[in-house]
Amino acid sequence: MEQTQHHSPKHHIIGFIWSLLLTFAALWVTLKAPIPVGLRLTIIVILAIFQFVVQLVYFMHISEGDSKVFQIINLLYGIFVAVATVAGSIWIMLYNTM
Amino acid sequence: MAAISEKATSSGPLEYSTEEGSLKIFGFWIFLGAEIVLFATLFATYLVLHGQTAGGPTSKELFEVRDFMIETLLLLTSSFTCGLAVLEMRKGNKKGYMAWMAITLLLGLGFLGMEIREFVTYVSEGAGLSRSAFLSGFFILVGTHGAHVSLGVLWILCVMAQIAKRGFTPMTARKAFITGLYWHFLDVVWIFIFTAVYLTGVVT
Repeated sequence: MEQTQHHSPKHHIIGFIWSLLLTFAALWVTLKAPIPVGLRLTIIVILAIFQFVVQLVYFMHISEGDSKVFQIINLLYGIFVAVATVAGSIWIMLYNTM
Repeated sequence: MAAISEKATSSGPLEYSTEEGSLKIFGFWIFLGAEIVLFATLFATYLVLHGQTAGGPTSKELFEVRDFMIETLLLLTSSFTCGLAVLEMRKGNKKGYMAWMAITLLLGLGFLGMEIREFVTYVSEGAGLSRSAFLSGFFILVGTHGAHVSLGVLWILCVMAQIAKRGFTPMTARKAFITGLYWHFLDVVWIFIFTAVYLTGVVT
């Protein structure tokens, strides 16, 4: 187990800087980027996914514990159901408003 | 592998030192998987109803960039200080844990204060829960997150009280770690609210 890195705040500070950078990048893309709205939305969703990964890796220690493989599989399955629910609902309702 | 802190066992952090601790942390990860699905249903509902304003205010008219940026920064910073608190816990530093966790809670309360003020403003402008499908979806999604944060504040206070009394044992360390996971998870949910509700809401 990689314990040593967790006893210095360096790991957390890097995570925090990343999360601030990603937040302000998303704000800038939304308000100022000279690109079509659809592309702006795609970029901020990608930035949010990176932000999620930053929290998991730097703060939540996802890769720790004896059951780390299972907790990652469980999380991926949760994400799969979430994506299917959200994307599926939007897809269906697109045709509802036509 | 080397035990860096005198409080931790040779096999790793205190919260993982018993089988019960490991299993309960794993169980909490499964709970978080279910929470992802819960929030996904609320996100799906909100996103498909976003345009259904029934002649009422739209997201573009309601959302204030300055306010939701402050809310986001408060919660992001609290996730960071919560991480530092768990780090102090792993060093066996009770004072450090208490101090960082107190800051985390203050930031969390600041976030809740901003959110309540935002809700009160909307309702006073006639943009309440029952005004339109868009606003129903908005209040249910953001309100469910806010309720989770409120619960988190109370839960963490209870854990802090226990640690103040008993210090770090395999049980209290496990509770401190799990409440930390819960707090980081609430930040993750907020990131998606920030992106899919607020940022998206000011451009479309």
